[in-house]
Parts: sequence; structure tokens; C-alpha cells
Amino acid sequence: MSTSLRPIVRWTLLAVGALIVLVPFVWMIGGSFRSEADLFDNPARLLPLSPTLHGYQSVWNDLPFARMFLNSVVFAGVTTTLCVLFDSMCAYALARIPFRGAKLCFWLVIVTLMVPFQVTLIPVFIQLFDLGWLNTYQGLIIPRATSAFGIFLLRQFFVSIPRELDEAARIDGANHWQTYWRIILPSARPALATVAVLHFTNLWNDLLWPLTMTNTTDMLTLPAGLTLFAGQHVTDHAVLLAGATISLLPLAAAFALAQRYFVAGVATTGLK
Amino acid sequence: MTASPVGAPVETRVAPRRRLHGARRAWLRDRAAWLFAAPSLLIIAVFIIWPIVQSFRYSLYDWTVGASEQQWVGLDNYVQLLHDDLFWNSLWVTLVFAVLSVSLQLVLGYAAASALQAETWLAKAVRSVYFFPTIVALATIGMVWRFLLDPSIGLVAGITKTFGGTPIGWLQDPDLALPTVIFVNVWKNVGFTMVILLAGLKGIPGHLYEAARIDGADGFRLTRHVTLPSLRPTLLLAGMMLTINSLQVFDLVYVMTTGGPLNRTDTLVNMLYREGFQYFNQGYASAIAWVLFLIILGASALQLRLMRYNDVD
Repeated sequence: MSTSLRPIVRWTLLAVGALIVLVPFVWMIGGSFRSEADLFDNPARLLPLSPTLHGYQSVWNDLPFARMFLNSVVFAGVTTTLCVLFDSMCAYALARIPFRGAKLCFWLVIVTLMVPFQVTLIPVFIQLFDLGWLNTYQGLIIPRATSAFGIFLLRQFFVSIPRELDEAARIDGANHWQTYWRIILPSARPALATVAVLHFTNLWNDLLWPLTMTNTTDMLTLPAGLTLFAGQHVTDHAVLLAGATISLLPLAAAFALAQRYFVAGVATTGLK
Repeated sequence: MTASPVGAPVETRVAPRRRLHGARRAWLRDRAAWLFAAPSLLIIAVFIIWPIVQSFRYSLYDWTVGASEQQWVGLDNYVQLLHDDLFWNSLWVTLVFAVLSVSLQLVLGYAAASALQAETWLAKAVRSVYFFPTIVALATIGMVWRFLLDPSIGLVAGITKTFGGTPIGWLQDPDLALPTVIFVNVWKNVGFTMVILLAGLKGIPGHLYEAARIDGADGFRLTRHVTLPSLRPTLLLAGMMLTINSLQVFDLVYVMTTGGPLNRTDTLVNMLYREGFQYFNQGYASAIAWVLFLIILGASALQLRLMRYNDVD
């Protein structure tokens, strides 16, 4: 198919596309090192005229940024860990133990995949209000500690692991927990990593959930906090751009190290 | 954790003479499975299934969180929605957003995927670049774009001024705000679409192309008669996923415009958030959620139909 498009035209267009993708990131990083005067005087510049670190100093001093960062780490980290554990346990039951009600469970999982998250948002808010869990870590974490999509994906993967492996383990006297922990999980490492990366990215980036379930600045996560402070017309753009840059760093580093798991997360979604 | 070690086949332990009740026997046989599934099933039951039921119930009340008595209003919330100009406005905004975003994402995603199929280092590098925005928070990058498009400090305004133009308030102009938000959404998701379509393209068997070439098909005809038909299931799936996501758009709008100017970017979920969490009309907001659900179901059914999924050969 490449014969029909002349390579020069094609690569020029691709380069323009890559430029459009990259410029906002370069501008963001550049802007985080610029003074407000520099931004107003030279809006056409991509990079700072005389770099200053005041954005990075003020973001820790003027905003509760360390606390927001910690909240994000706790929320995304703990939830991802629980989610991968619970999803894989449920997937093990559905893929490996024949039991009455398995079909019903599987269908429940599929149905919850179809209902948009916003339908449950208000009732869950009211539930957490009644439990006194609004604005707490457990309120942020526990309702999100499993995912129908993760269960579905891992079940599909577990089904493809040869059954001879568990049968051999069973003959050696292993019970279900040992089979799950020592046979299935180690054979499913790539799938587990894919699910973990997918969950962590979604949770780290989530806005609507932390925005609704927290109401004081000391419980805000990075996206929710930056959004609120940007909405209050914080006059210094460098501070917010520095915050945005720092909040992108963990995922960007993970992407640089393990890009294939990010891509696999999307590609497996497409292939079912 | 919750699942304790459970022994091998339980059935053998049941003494032949003792008759157990069906439920008890089923429990003994299946308890390993239930214990493994318990954490997930509990969370799904308590925080997804039950809330779905509750959501519909709230939509029949004039519900306010924490009030001692909630007033039953039947279908009034839904009737009120049909007479609410803001609802029709946000429905229109959401549909325009979804249709334009999804078609642009599919076209550009397909172009990128078919141009970058090669496994050379250059193609791989460009693919990584295109994919990168996918991992970034919409909220964060939406804020960066808002500054970038700002008429006084933004790079776009700066470039406009350099060429002697007057800077444009992309997000302040009622006619430009929605197209601008759509542009940023497309910018973020082209890489996502590209990866899904690449996986589909890789799955097309090479012999189909060879057979078509022997029949004298050239570049365009190969695309038209081999690539696109073979890609139909993948295109359908990508289209449905992108549509479902676009219909639920919130982050970008909330961060870039909060629904303005003049409600021109006020999407359904933005309206739901405002009603539910700023005005605390939780019954009304629940009704909006159910309408959104119906629209998503309808859009998915329509796409299945349009793409004639059933007679994929």
C-alpha cells in the first residue's frame, strides 16, 4: 500500500503530525522555567529567554503540592495493587474452577462493563456520605479496587494457560491458592503487567472520581488539585506548568521503560 | 488475604450416607471458587450493581443528599429534562463532539496506522510519539492547552502576532470553543486509535493482498477491496469504544471551558456534574445519567447496524 503514497509527502506529513504532538509538551516544560514577564512579553517563544526555577520552588511552597503528590501515589498505587490482586483472583475462579453460578458471575461482570461510570457516580457518592467515607483514603480506594474490565481481560488470558500445568501441581498436592499463586500468576506476568499499567494510568489521571469524592485540599490528587488551582486564576502560570510537568513525570518515565505494556493495554482492548 | 487454602476435591469427603441440603452441598463443593471471587464480587455488588439500582430510584425522587425525607416525584425529573433548554443544548453539544471527534480520530488514526506499519526504527519512533499523549491526564494536558491557546500568553497567539495577525480567543469565542476542544481531544486520541487499527492491520493475511495483486489491483483498490473490508470488525470496535468515551466527555471541557462560553461546550456529563455536585439536585442528575446510558446503548446499537456486524464473513 505504500507504493501509492510518495514517501516524501508521507514523511513530511508524519513529521508535521509529530511536531503538533510534541510542541505542547516542549512548551509546557519551557513555560515551567519562565517568568510571568517573559511569558507576556515573548509569547511566540517556545523556550525560556532566561530560565528561572521559581515555578518549581513556588509549586511546593504556595500549593499543597507534596500532599497532592502523596495522595496520588497512595490512591493510584494502593488501588492498582488491590485491583490486580482481586481481579486475578476472580479471574482464576472464573477460568479455572468449574462452579455453579460461574456463568451468572461472568455475565454480571460483562453487564457492569456496559453501564457508564456516571450512572453509579451519584449513588456511590451518597453511599460514601452515609458511611462517612467521603474525603478519606478508603472511600477513594475501596470502590475502585476491582475492575470488570481487568477481570475480563485476565480471565481470557488464564483460559489460554495449559491446564496440564495446574493438573501437575494438583497431583503434587497443591491446593487452589498454591496453584493460583505459584502456577497461574507467574505464567501470566505479561498480562498482569498490562492490566496493572492500564489501571495505574487511569487512576493516576482520573479527574471526576477524586473531584467528587473529596472536598478538602489536603485530599486532592494531582489532576483534581491542578484543575482547582488553575480555575482559581492562580496568576503565575509557571507554577501550574511546573506542577503539570512533575505530575507527568512518573508516567512518562514508566512509558520510557516499559512502553510495550502501555501499547499492549490498548491493543488487547481492541482485539478483545 | 480472604481466600484461605482450600483442599483438593471436596466431594470425596462427603460421607455417602449423610444427605446434605442442596445449598450446603453446593457450598462445600464450590466454596474455593466463591472465596476466590469474593473480594471482586462484593465490590461489584456494593459499588456497581446496587448503585445502578439506586440511581434509577433516585431519578424518581427529588433527591438531596442527607435530607431526612426525600420527595417522590415519579417521572417528573424526566419530563422536566424534556422541557429544559440546557438539556437539549448539552445533548446537541455532546453529539457534535462525539460525531466529529470519532470521525476525525478514525480517519487520522487509520492514516497514521497505515503509514507506520513498517517495523523500522523510524516508524517505531514516530509511533511512540503519536502514542505518548494517550498516557497523559486529560485534565493536566487540557490545562496546558488552555494556556497554550491563551490570547495573551499562548504560543499560538505569539505566532499569530509574529505574522501580523490579531490573536484569537480560541476558547473565549462562542463559535470556536467547541471545535477547539474537539481538536484537543482528537490530538490526544489519534495514537490510541492508531494502535488499535495497527493490531487489526497486522491481522490481515498476506495472501489476500497477493491474490488481489494477481488480479491486477493497485494501491487504492487494495485499500478499498482488501484492507477496509478485512478491517471492518476492528474499525467497528474502535468506533464503538471511541464513541462511548466521547459521549462521556467531562475532563477536557471542565478544565478548558467549564462548559462555556454561553454553554457552547456544556456536555451532558458536565451538566450532570453541575446538577449533582454543585446544585445538589441528585434526583435530576440521576435522570441525566440514565438518559446518557440510553444514548450510549442507542449509539452502540446503531453502529452495529450500520456496520452490519452480523454478516461479517
